Order: sequence, then C-alpha cells, then structure tokens
Amino acid sequence: MSIAATQPRHSAADARIRELVTPEGIDLRLVLAEASERMTAFLLDAGIMIGSLIALTLLLALATWLAGSTKILREGIPAIWLLAFFILRNFYFMWFELSPRAATPGKRLVGLRVAMRDGGPLAAEEVFARNAMRELEVFLPLTFLAMSGASLDAWVVLLGVAWCAVFVFFPLMNRDLLRIGDLVAGTWVVRVPDRNLTIDLVATRVGYGLEFSEAALNAYGIKELNVLEDVLRRRDPETMKAVAARIREKIAMPGRQPDVEFLSAYYTALRGRLELRLLFGRRRRDKHDRA
Amino acid sequence: MEITLKSYQFRKAREAEWQRLEDLLARFESGRQSSLTEDEIVAIPRLYRATLSSLSVARAISLDRDLLEYLESLSTRAYFCVYGARATLLDRVLQFFAKDWPKAVRGMWRETLLSAMLTAIGAVAAFALMKQSPDWFSSLVPAGLAHGRGPGASAQLLRGTLFGTHGADGLTVFSTFLFTHNAQIALFAFALGFACCLPTALLMIYNGMMLGAFFVVFNDRGLGVEFGGWALIHGVTELFAVILAGAAGFRLGWVLAFPGSRGRLEALGRAGREAAVVMAGVIVMLAFAGLLEGFGRQLITSTWIRYSVAAASAALWLFYFYRREPQP
Repeated sequence: MSIAATQPRHSAADARIRELVTPEGIDLRLVLAEASERMTAFLLDAGIMIGSLIALTLLLALATWLAGSTKILREGIPAIWLLAFFILRNFYFMWFELSPRAATPGKRLVGLRVAMRDGGPLAAEEVFARNAMRELEVFLPLTFLAMSGASLDAWVVLLGVAWCAVFVFFPLMNRDLLRIGDLVAGTWVVRVPDRNLTIDLVATRVGYGLEFSEAALNAYGIKELNVLEDVLRRRDPETMKAVAARIREKIAMPGRQPDVEFLSAYYTALRGRLELRLLFGRRRRDKHDRA
Repeated sequence: MEITLKSYQFRKAREAEWQRLEDLLARFESGRQSSLTEDEIVAIPRLYRATLSSLSVARAISLDRDLLEYLESLSTRAYFCVYGARATLLDRVLQFFAKDWPKAVRGMWRETLLSAMLTAIGAVAAFALMKQSPDWFSSLVPAGLAHGRGPGASAQLLRGTLFGTHGADGLTVFSTFLFTHNAQIALFAFALGFACCLPTALLMIYNGMMLGAFFVVFNDRGLGVEFGGWALIHGVTELFAVILAGAAGFRLGWVLAFPGSRGRLEALGRAGREAAVVMAGVIVMLAFAGLLEGFGRQLITSTWIRYSVAAASAALWLFYFYRREPQP
C-alpha cells in the first residue's frame, strides 16, 4: 500500500471549504464562492441595474410626452432621474444585501450570499463598507477606460489602468477570494444553494433477489459509492451501462438484470456494508483503503 | 423486504422536521416575515437545533451524499436566519443618528484634522499662486465648473453669479444634481483611501485649491465678502462632509499601512466598519448641503443672512458631533 493512498486527498472543492463552528459546536463547512460565480452574479446585477435604468428613462420620457411641458414636470422629471440613478448606483447592492437572504438578485440566482468571516451577524455598516469600495473596483477602472482626448498621454491612461487592475483582480490574488470591499468589511461570499431533498436511492426499489458475496461488497469504498450515487441520480443509460459493466467485471458477477436494477441493488448493498463499518468507527475512504 | 439501513430509518424519522424548517425558512427569506405566526417564529430556532443535530448524526452514520449536502445547506441557511441581525430598520436608523454616527466621527478627530488642514493648505497655495499669476486659474479649475467665472470676468458678471436666482427655475434639478455629484465625489475620496491615503490627500488639497482660486477671482473684484456668504451658506456643511469623507479614507489607508498590534485583516475590518458609519452620515450631510445650495442659496440673496445660516449650521454640526456625551 502506498503512502499516497493513505493521505487524505484534497480536491479543488476541498480547498474552498471553510470552517464555521456554530455556538452549538457543529462545523457547517461553508463553501466559498468561485471567482467565476461571483463574476456571473455581478454581471447579472449590472444587467438588472442597466435594464431598470433604461426602463425608467423610457417611462419618464413617456410621462413627459403625455403631460406636455408643465413646470412641475420640467423640474421634477430630471430630478427624479438623477436621484434614481444615484440610488441605483449606490444602494442597489446595499438594499438587497441587507435583506434576510443577504444577496442581490444576481447572487441569489447563482446561489451565493454575503456572510461575516467570523460568523457573526451581518450589519448595515459592513454592507455599506463592502459596497462603497465598488467605487474603487468598478467605477474607477471604467473612468480610466473611458478616458480619451488629445490632452491625455496614452501612457498616463495605461498606468492608470494598470493601477486599477490591482484592485479589479485583487480577489484572484488571495486564498479566500476576497475583493477589497470584503477585506474592508470583514465579509466573504459563500455558496448557499437552495437544495431540495431528493429521494433516498435505497428506497427506490427493494428486493431484486440479488445477493452479493463478501468479496463483492469489499471491492469499493466511499468515494466509489458517491460516484455510483451520482450515476444513479443522473440516470443516463449510456453511463449506467458502462458503469454496470465495470462493476460486474470487478466483482465477477455477470448477470442479465437490467443495469438500473443491478446498480440500485449493488448501491444498497454496498452502502449498507460501508455504513455498518462506519458505525464501528471504520471509514473506508476508497477502494485502495484496506484495513 | 423491509429496508434495514440505519441511515434510511433515521432519515424517515426526521424528514418531516427538515421539510417544516425548509418551508419556514423560505417564507422568512422571501421577506414575508409578517406571515409567520408567533408559534412559527419560536419554532425556527428549535427546528434549527434539531436539524443541526441531524446533520451531526448523519455525518456519523450516513453515506448518502445527497442527504448530507441537503442537511448542510439547510443548517447553514437556518444558522444565518437564527444568528442574523435582528434589529428593525427603524431601530437601526434611530441608533445611527443618536449614537453611532457622532461616536464614529469623534473617533476620527485626528484624521478629520489632517483632512481639514490639507484642504486649508490647498486653499492657501491656490491663493498664493493666483496672486503671483492669475493664469493659474485655468489649470486649477476645469472649464466646465468655471462657467465663465475667471480672472478676465467683469465685476458685474461675477456679482450676477452670486446673486442671480437662475429665475428660481430648475432649482429642484439643480439641487439634485449637486447632491448626487458631491456624494459621488465623497464616496470616491473614501474608497481611494485604500490606496494608502495618497490619492485622498491629493483630492483634499485639490478641493481646497478650487475654493482658494475662486475666492481670489471674486476678491480681486472687491466681492470677497459676498463670495464668502455665497459659498459658505451650504459650504460649511458640504466642506465638512467632504473633509469627513477624506478622514474616513485616511483611516482606511493608514490602518492598511500600519495595522498596529492586531492582524491586518482584523484591523482593516474594524476601520472599515467605523469608516462606513461616517460615510453613511456624509451622504446625509451632502443631501442637506444640496438642499441648502439648490434652494437656500438661490432664494436667500442677503449676504448677512447667508452668513448667519452658515454660522448656525457650523455650530449645529460641531455641537452634534463633539458635544460631551452625558454620562449614564
């Protein structure tokens, strides 16, 4: 048995797991959001903001057109537009992140939320701080990119862009994917996907009359059981056929049962075996892990 | 055949509780808290603890990964619900104005002083430069802001800008524009503090320089006193707000560079929270300033009343921020 097989293996997903121990003493194992997920959420939010601004503009234009040019409208409508723009730009993120979900619509769609790094309650100060920093991370770079004109040296603009890049790409340069706003507010963004409780695969069908030998049940560990679970939940005939063939070969049990039935039965039996051993304090990680 | 797996039986026994918690959480999170009855609100923490215990047991006995992930997700959602902030918005707002804001501003007096000094230095420097050569004006003040006011402008034109009322028309738009514009600049000054204070310092100096440059233009035409009234009626509030924004930026940049005995992340987090309180107040101050500038200044054209308003607002802000807290 090689040493490598006994070391716990850290997959890419493990590297994003952070400990959060509740006052009740249980680790919730938070999963940090990936950079791509956060970018997606941000683009969704930006789309919503721009969309609502366009809708508002059209609505106000329509109102002006309908009402003619009375004094109140002439003054009120541009003022409303300016205020709406200001509120949207600065308070869109704040408003939604202060709601019970602590997430903007974009984040909610991707399945993310904002949380304090120390696990405490998220208060208005933190939300304000993390979003005020967007000036530095979003609007300053945009300003530099939009700069043009004969009086400006291209080098100056380029240096400005490079300077901003530090702020923009900051999340990619630390382990916890903190952007500057997170750093200043003591927050981070974690995944809290809405999951539904699916059926227990053990309950799908019972009593195939399949019996597995001791050796057959000792062929695999927890890792393989999880893969089998995925295969059974996905129900892709091609994959199931291939997996069933592999298992049949491995445990030397050729048979004519349909693949689904064979795999379900084997899953139930294997899980029963591994869980029994778990109760006795033996967690068998994968097929290489032999006691 | 009866299913004998322990994990299956365990799940069957507890499932209903999880579903109930999930249902309550969905209603809580969607902002329909008022639809929750008293009993249901009390039930959430109880169900949360039950689910946590389920999670703990499931980790020990179950190898159904789907179930484990479901329980982790449900417990996490419930955790945030149970231990999340509870204060209502109104309570928060009241506490902000009564306590948090003045306290945060008081705590930043050093940075505020620095910020004010830089603004003053900027103003004096611009004054000296303009005395030397009025041509400096065009490099200090962008043409878009000058509106034809400059060293070459006649006294009559300048007087017109001080006491003209814009026909009392468009005041709403004007004051809204001023407010949003200034608030954006203030937020910017704050965020720039993160770049180790320097850009914020430059912004403060530059803000002072613009003020100084304008003053010289008007003073040279014998309108110094009138200009003072025109600028200070809202300027007291606005300058104070911008100075505080600069101070918040300085606090941030300073702590980033010199975190002290605490860890940098922790120190930065604390400074960020304090600075955020100050900044939220700055936005409120700028809204006042925008109203004073848009309406007050255009409607009040007597220089002495303008000065009284300025003095009153200065006294008000200073008292509000720096009064001695009554000992409990």
